[in-house]
Amino acid sequence: MGILEVKGVNKRFGGLKALDEVNIDVAEGTVHAIIGPNGAGKSTLLNCFVGRLEPDTGTVTFNGSSLLNRQPHEINQMGVSRVFQTPEIFGDLTLLENVMIPAFARRDGVFALDAWSRVAGAADIRDKAVAMLDDVGLASKAESVAAQLSRGDKRRLELAMCLVQDPKLLLLDEPTAGMARADTNRTIDLMKEIAKSGVTMVVIEHDMHVVFSLAERISVLAQGTVIVEDEPSKIKGNPKVQEAYLGGAHL
Amino acid sequence: MLGLDNRDMKLFIWVVCITVLAPFILNPFPAESELAQFNAGYPDLMQRFMIFGIFAIGFNILFGLTGYLSFGHAAFLGVGSYAGVWMLKLVSMNVIPAIIISVIVAGLFSLVVGYISLRRSGIYFSILTLAFAQMSFALAYSVLTPITNGETGLQLALDDPRILDSASSTGSIPPTNFFGIEMRDGFELALGPWEFVFNFGYYLCAVVMLVSFYLSMRIFRSPFGMMLRAIKTNQQRLRYTGKNPRPYNLAAFVISGMYAGLAGGLMVAMDPLAGAERMQWTASGEVVLMTILGGAGTLLGPMVGAGVIKYFENIFSKINDALLYEWFSAMPEGLQDVFVFLIHPFIGKGWHLTLGIMFMLVVIFLPGGVVEGGQRLAALFRRRRQSRETDGPAAVKDATPAE
Repeated sequence: MGILEVKGVNKRFGGLKALDEVNIDVAEGTVHAIIGPNGAGKSTLLNCFVGRLEPDTGTVTFNGSSLLNRQPHEINQMGVSRVFQTPEIFGDLTLLENVMIPAFARRDGVFALDAWSRVAGAADIRDKAVAMLDDVGLASKAESVAAQLSRGDKRRLELAMCLVQDPKLLLLDEPTAGMARADTNRTIDLMKEIAKSGVTMVVIEHDMHVVFSLAERISVLAQGTVIVEDEPSKIKGNPKVQEAYLGGAHL
Repeated sequence: MLGLDNRDMKLFIWVVCITVLAPFILNPFPAESELAQFNAGYPDLMQRFMIFGIFAIGFNILFGLTGYLSFGHAAFLGVGSYAGVWMLKLVSMNVIPAIIISVIVAGLFSLVVGYISLRRSGIYFSILTLAFAQMSFALAYSVLTPITNGETGLQLALDDPRILDSASSTGSIPPTNFFGIEMRDGFELALGPWEFVFNFGYYLCAVVMLVSFYLSMRIFRSPFGMMLRAIKTNQQRLRYTGKNPRPYNLAAFVISGMYAGLAGGLMVAMDPLAGAERMQWTASGEVVLMTILGGAGTLLGPMVGAGVIKYFENIFSKINDALLYEWFSAMPEGLQDVFVFLIHPFIGKGWHLTLGIMFMLVVIFLPGGVVEGGQRLAALFRRRRQSRETDGPAAVKDATPAE
């Protein structure tokens, strides 16, 4: 029994079969990577976990309850946070505010008409946000506006926004895309620490260096189906995987 | 103090001082001088500054924070006005029940309009609100004539019931009052050639405006206000962060609708008359202009914008050609004609042109409104002073590229 169970998920966009009988089982406390060539359906699959897309058939179960037919904010309140492929942050707000908002969301729920209380009065939230910014190495920029950050910093900020919620399941869509090598290594270290703290992670990633230094289990997706699911050491030599990746040049 | 930090408290104290001393500040020219027509310190206009200030402050809570541009807010002001007049007619000439009922009725109406309009965002939301407002406007002229009294507008009549104070009724319609203090009353003060008017109605409006401003400050600085700003910058992210934007938008919409109702209630408290033209789209557009001109999303901006627009509307529109000839009387005759000819389109009925040009200049060069302009100037002076204190003009040069 995994914390996230995906069973027989199908999704069609017109004539295109984006997902075809996908089965994935993510064990609690592990890092599960989903890899595959472009257009394999990785992001589509992730969208089915967070309420952005509804699969045509199949089930997605998290902690025993279905994630289907739920609003994104409900799914988040169940303990699922997501980092997007292109950083989704609050560009006009400061970094500190960016991290305080998800912290408020975790504390106060879906809606709270707290127009009379003060942001400045919520010291616990503020401290938590500052500590989290410190963890991702952005504490020195806490008061600057998020839109001004570099792409790599925006990703780290988004990661901080997810982590401050103490998620049970963290979904990462290419967390190191567009990062310089040094930044990538820092992010890997950070994610290793997160994994150590017991957060279950599902990572979509193109960078095999990242995948093989993090993942405990890998599902390979090609043309909408899971062709292999195994441990990293066994994935590397698998002929099916090498075929999917055009002769395995990447591996 | 009062749950505000030092900077906000300072701002609030400034606003309090300016509103209390407004009768002096707005009448800087001696009563008999040629410039006296630029004096804005008469009760009617001062009340308007406050009332439209409230309207714009409320509108800013929706537009400035969430970015949802409503084109129908005048409907809430209009509905508030009608409710207020009915309260004056049926219950009492005391303005307090009238104002309270205005806020409640406008709040309920905005709840309905908001619930439906907020199903869409962006331009579709704006069009939906516009449609609702125009619908209300048309209804007020036609089907709802028994309630609104159609084109004539809803007025007080001698034989109104006025349950609570019918005993005191004399031969004429009693004036609106605040527990006996008549709104039109006041006293005048003459200091040498200067004349200042202190009107009770204005001070009631001022107190209500200050309370409204204080509440908007609290909303701006609250977690609720933070979520509204998050909606403006990235609504999607907020949804994936575990917050449902819908109730936040609706709450902001209803709060701003209630502010509009409050403005409408005050309007009839000062002048007990409500007409449908108050709900027309031009009136809705005006509050949008006020907010953008002053600075959407800033605390002070909407009030500044309301002040500027109302000043133009009432003062600029009164300047006529005869007056221009008087001003340019020192010039030779031909030149005088040329100047009057050139300035003529911008004054009197042409005040809209002046306002339009000013609006364009602000939007193009100061997207943050007049308030942003003020902040830039202040920053410039601060930097100048700092550089002079440290090492002279060289620092100024260094400071500019950092902008």
